[in-house]
Amino acid sequence: MSLQRRHAMAALLANRADDLLVVPGLGSTTWDLAAVGDDPRNFYSWGAMGGAAMIGLGLALAQPTRRVAVITGDGEMLMGLGSLATIGIRQPENLAVIVFDNGIYGETGAQPSHTQTGTDLIGVAGACGIASCLDVRDEAGLADLHGRLKVFNQTLFARVAIDPAEPPRVLPLRDGVEIKRRFRAALGLNP
Amino acid sequence: MNEPAETDWPDRLFATLKRAGVTQVGYVPDAGHARLIERCRADEDIRDVVLTTEEEGVALAAGAWLGGARAALLMQSSGVGNCVNMLSLMRTCRFPMLMVITMRGEWEEFNPWQVPMGSIVEPVLALCEANIYRASAPHEVEGVAERATQQAFGGERIVGVLLSQKLIGRKVWTR
Repeated sequence: MSLQRRHAMAALLANRADDLLVVPGLGSTTWDLAAVGDDPRNFYSWGAMGGAAMIGLGLALAQPTRRVAVITGDGEMLMGLGSLATIGIRQPENLAVIVFDNGIYGETGAQPSHTQTGTDLIGVAGACGIASCLDVRDEAGLADLHGRLKVFNQTLFARVAIDPAEPPRVLPLRDGVEIKRRFRAALGLNP
Repeated sequence: MNEPAETDWPDRLFATLKRAGVTQVGYVPDAGHARLIERCRADEDIRDVVLTTEEEGVALAAGAWLGGARAALLMQSSGVGNCVNMLSLMRTCRFPMLMVITMRGEWEEFNPWQVPMGSIVEPVLALCEANIYRASAPHEVEGVAERATQQAFGGERIVGVLLSQKLIGRKVWTR
């Protein structure tokens, strides 16, 4: 059983808390986030493959009174797999790393990813010391994760089983400087 | 030159990072940075983040700046090669990026495996649109670092502070 990606993103961000900052990975999770609706508290990514979880770590350490959700794909997470070891050492209580795992590289022609036949991302996250690791496979799991995103107080990792179907792209803002400046302004910082 | 001036440059580098308001320090462990890493780890206002690879520290610095914090990345010259693609993030979004790099592969290097990357650090950083600062003597370190931090955070630039192998000294191979 697996979940439709647009539905999963919308469900996780329903009634989004004011303090929730979202860092998607490049490609599909950025389009999914844009499809939910534009928000200056989103740091859209059109590149930087492998960097989403670490952007989330820097942000979480800088903003301890807000919650940070990295929502990325399996391919993007695999490129930065070492960052789970790094996060496992720091364990910021306000950081969640959520992987939409469809087992393929959807942006490039649906080539199979390592998670399809080998890598167990929940096992990796757990072995890196992340205490709270969830396997989300259905509506009940999605609802549970949605609830936790509002209240979690220890580093959270979740793997969400995602259907391989790729919905039409929804393209957000593309200018990196503008994405950065309006994100900082939304936090009350000098852009 | 008196003795303290010869050996206290890592402490003065640390003081420069503190004056610049740096509160996150990512690093891949390196002998040349050992004293600076020790100072960062002991400082209660600095979040030290040991990395599995240097490019993680580039993304960390982007996240820090998004959240209103300033980061520094400490590495050896070989790590510059690991950062190249992730520096695209800093260039595209104009994030400040302060990289403090201990050089290998130059002055008195015993290990030829350090030469290929060490010898191309400056051109690689230049291709990544970084501003390059270099200190080769103890008394130069603080002034060079001070100006580098000003340009990185004031000008939203990628800045590489290169600490020459001549400054750090030869690695001891037999013990």
